[in-house]
Amino acid sequence: MTKLLVFGAASEVMGARNISLPPEIDSVKKLRVFLQQHYPGLKRLNSLMVAVNREYAEDACPISGSDEVALIPPVSGG
Amino acid sequence: MLVRIASEISLEEALVHIRSPLAGGENIFVGRVRNHSGGRGVRKLQFECYDAMALTEMEKIASGAIRDYEVHDIAILHVTGEKFPGEAVVIIAVSAAHRDAAFAACRFCIDRLKQQVPIWKKEFFEDGEIWVSAFP
Repeated sequence: MTKLLVFGAASEVMGARNISLPPEIDSVKKLRVFLQQHYPGLKRLNSLMVAVNREYAEDACPISGSDEVALIPPVSGG
Repeated sequence: MLVRIASEISLEEALVHIRSPLAGGENIFVGRVRNHSGGRGVRKLQFECYDAMALTEMEKIASGAIRDYEVHDIAILHVTGEKFPGEAVVIIAVSAAHRDAAFAACRFCIDRLKQQVPIWKKEFFEDGEIWVSAFP
């Protein structure tokens, strides 16, 4: 079961700092579709990146149970 | 190269790391908490970091700058947690043989950090709070 880490404004919108993903989510694209369905409030964010194993990942990037997946709302360091 | 995320950071730590007899110039950028934002008074900032990935991205930025500019060494330090007006939140220190490269690399590092490092800040006002840059 893949765990999704959630940060910043995204965790406020979702009301969670991490969630477990259903096993059928095997790509970043499917993750985005899942999030649109279950957390439509995320649409309000200016941007939403996905990281897989601590690297920014495109929609085609596969996801498996052992991966560390994270939602990256607009960054604002510095 | 030194990259670090911690609740407290110091200029001294960054300077000690980059200092070298090979380097005739040192360039330092310090970002601090401003007491106002968008015309409203800021009470404090809260920083949240995806530490493991943020450190990886900071390393990429520093090593890229060392590769692309003629600099000797770079330190990038960033805070996490709660910070109040006047406190340092980011320190970038660059040493180089000559000043032009040090200035350019320092600028590159802070600009890139703001674009790609997974760190978030929340501004706290007297009458509310907001995640910076998150919403239109």
